[in-house]
Amino acid sequence: MARVAITAPSRAKKGEVIEIKTLAAHVMENGFRRTQEGTLIPRDIITQFACTYNGVEVFRAELYPAMAANPLIAFTTVAAESGTLEFKWTGDNGYSATQSVTLTVT
Amino acid sequence: MRAAALVLSILCTSLAAGEIPLAERRSGYEFMGRETRAMQDDDSTNPALFWLMDGETLWNRKEGAAACASCHRSMAGVAARYPKVDSGRAVNLEQQINACRTERQKAAPFAYESRELLALTAYVARQSRGMPIAVESNDATRPHLEAGRELFKRRQGQLNLACTQCHDDNWGKQLAGTTIPQAHPTGYPIYRLEWQGLGSLHRRLRNCMIGVRAEPYPYGSPELVDLELYLMWRARGMKLETPGVRP
Repeated sequence: MARVAITAPSRAKKGEVIEIKTLAAHVMENGFRRTQEGTLIPRDIITQFACTYNGVEVFRAELYPAMAANPLIAFTTVAAESGTLEFKWTGDNGYSATQSVTLTVT
Repeated sequence: MRAAALVLSILCTSLAAGEIPLAERRSGYEFMGRETRAMQDDDSTNPALFWLMDGETLWNRKEGAAACASCHRSMAGVAARYPKVDSGRAVNLEQQINACRTERQKAAPFAYESRELLALTAYVARQSRGMPIAVESNDATRPHLEAGRELFKRRQGQLNLACTQCHDDNWGKQLAGTTIPQAHPTGYPIYRLEWQGLGSLHRRLRNCMIGVRAEPYPYGSPELVDLELYLMWRARGMKLETPGVRP
């Protein structure tokens, strides 16, 4: 069950710098921990995050085992034209989540 | 060596014991760093929002005979009044939710500390955010409140420490690099960074008991509910912050 939350403005002025905050529900199990019986808990993390703005990639991040659960990724971009921001997270065990928001530029 | 010195200093200063004056009480929020406070303040980055979303789903979903939403409307102020004493038994919010499930919805109770119970509790308690804690000391609550107070002041575990020695007498000082808070349960269930998830007050209380090498009481045990009642009364008038974020 992949769940994410996006906070982004729905409208902006042309040329304005907008802040986008994303949160993905994920355990980010680092692969180094063991159970009380001593067996290794296999790694289960998000490995990649990307944001495209009208099909053009504006932000990309690679995630590693040291990152906290439910990772928050915040970044900025310049509002150029009205359109869609698409977000995609991928990770171990076939994890995949997508979300999109629309932005109106005036 | 340093730990021994700290324990010694706690033992020495604890002689001048006393409950914190009402005006000097401070939420754990005030002892946190700027980043952690920002995380709690911004609803869109407080990771507890995933539990709130789950809680809302559970609230509206028909379970057994009915959904929570079939009977209840707003739950504003409810969490501020728990634990309650009902016919001689102290019941906290988690237990009340489960009682509603078994008695009214005719559904199976959730396990204590399960994701579902945490989510529903957070969803209900969130509606009391900003409201003053309204647990009272009266004829009904007094026996439980006093039992909770006694537990708070009782030395326990191999370290032979009482809750009060840290949280009444030495709050604001450092313990292994972190600031000792006053132990006001203002934000439960909390998203604790150490847990990487949401957890109940009982989980937190058990943590402290393990910390002093005492055998912790089970989740939802009468002892922990009495302690919860005392702590909520001790924090009376302080504002609920659910869902709080704590380090």
